[in-house]
Amino acid sequence: MLSIEEVRRIASLARLTLSPEEERLYAGQLSAILDYVKQLEELDVSGVEPMTHALAAGEAPALRADQVREGLGAERALAAAPAREGTAFLVPRIIE
Amino acid sequence: MSAEILGLDLRALSGELAARRLSSREATEAALSRIEATDGRVGAFLRVTAEGARADAAAADERAARGARRGPLDGIPLAVKDLFLTEGVETTAGSRILEGYRPPYDATAVARLRAAGAVLLGKLNLDEFAMGSSNENSAFKPCRNPWDLGRTPGGSSGGSAAAVAARQAWGTLGTDTGGSIREPASFCGVVGVKPTYGRVSRYGVVAFASSLDQVGPLARTVGDAALLLQAIAGHDERDMTSSTLPVGDYLARLEEGAAGLRIGVPREWFGGGLEPGVEARVREALARYQALGARLVEISLPHSRYAIAAYYLIAPAEASSNLARYDGVRYGLRAPARGLREMYGETRARGFGPEPKRRIMLGTYALSAGYYDAYYLRAQKVRTLIRRDFDRAFEACDVVAGPVAPTVAFRLGEKLSDPLQMYLADVFTISANLAALPGLSVPCGLHPVERVPVGLQLVGRPFDEATLLRAARALEREQGPLPAAPEA
Repeated sequence: MLSIEEVRRIASLARLTLSPEEERLYAGQLSAILDYVKQLEELDVSGVEPMTHALAAGEAPALRADQVREGLGAERALAAAPAREGTAFLVPRIIE
Repeated sequence: MSAEILGLDLRALSGELAARRLSSREATEAALSRIEATDGRVGAFLRVTAEGARADAAAADERAARGARRGPLDGIPLAVKDLFLTEGVETTAGSRILEGYRPPYDATAVARLRAAGAVLLGKLNLDEFAMGSSNENSAFKPCRNPWDLGRTPGGSSGGSAAAVAARQAWGTLGTDTGGSIREPASFCGVVGVKPTYGRVSRYGVVAFASSLDQVGPLARTVGDAALLLQAIAGHDERDMTSSTLPVGDYLARLEEGAAGLRIGVPREWFGGGLEPGVEARVREALARYQALGARLVEISLPHSRYAIAAYYLIAPAEASSNLARYDGVRYGLRAPARGLREMYGETRARGFGPEPKRRIMLGTYALSAGYYDAYYLRAQKVRTLIRRDFDRAFEACDVVAGPVAPTVAFRLGEKLSDPLQMYLADVFTISANLAALPGLSVPCGLHPVERVPVGLQLVGRPFDEATLLRAARALEREQGPLPAAPEA
């Protein structure tokens, strides 16, 4: 069973503010899911390579030539910003 | 008139447009009226772009008038899951955190449909960030099954399946990370194809689990789905994981039947959890294949029982990483806060619903220091074992056949309180995602008691969508079409 402290630690890593009710809910639900996935421990995976990508056998990622091209441009890239100043995204103060 | 148009499948409509017996404007108005009349009940659309659709139709009719039709999709009204970016048209991924977001560009799959001349009717309902198996995780509204409004349409591409079943659109695009095209296609009695990983570009598709996500079509018939896949498949230099292998011709051998085909039947898929009425229909479909001259081969996928466990480590791990971008800085929701750290936490607390939060938490845990090897790395090794099972099976068979889901469409609310029960709806579909293989759902009749659709799942060799579609077409032709969904 995950403790409330562990749930808080994970939420902090994930930058997710949880209510006390959510902390209790996820402690229970995540514990149930982690119990379920424990069945993977039954398998002997020694010597098995991890499948780290899903590309076809022998196929390398297709890279294009490293050439300068027209990008989105600042105006279009900034169009959906919640707050901006000039050509920059505006965020709250980082250093107090 | 409108009812007659709506009764045509995509390829039949395309024939009428080519012969100029019907116009795209007539088809588009029929679809918009149909959406207007039915979507209050069904809830397949999050947004109808009527004005844009009418402009698309007028342009298509103009091309047809001067003999410059671009191809079979020119003038055909379609719709896409609200996970695909559409330039200037709100794209939410079913989440409050992206409410009001207007992307600056089109997803490649959408751009390809537009280039083919398709009319875009709007954006379809889904589970938030494509996380779910019932469409109930949509932050905006539920979607209902056109066969029985008390049931879910499946998910996460619930709107994409329901819109086709309700005859609101002639075809749709969805995405499938663990079954999100095939399960709703099965529940709604339509055809849904998840291509091989890398066959269709993921560029401009809101990312959930990048090593599993794949774009695919849903349509009324196998031929219609093949036509849509033909339009969107192929390499895209904007998606490094999109394959450079040549795209097959999905229609050329579609009618060649199932004679001589070796159909693998995995014994592990016909065990305890499979509901008897579903099993009966799936076994009938297998018998039909035999009657058509195919050979059934018993195969074993011994690691498939570990697929859900591996998936619920890999998919949340990738999701926790992908969803880190929703931080209130560049787009979407921003919660007021005094400092940056508080802004991140509050924005994400308000913007994400329960299922994305659950998966972000799970994935963050699985990737965190001290747990990585035990959870994530082990799951990736099990993924290799699952893929090897299929490689071995395909030495003895050409396609694998079995159920799509253990049950027919379940009732709204039935599995909402128990996430693990909801996850088990994907028990038969997840393996194909983990193994990066193509799979599809084709209707195989109505449940003997519940009178709602059952789907047959076919899984194929990598990039062998052509054989998969040919096999599905053989069954479709043999059993004839399902009746129209009664409650749309």
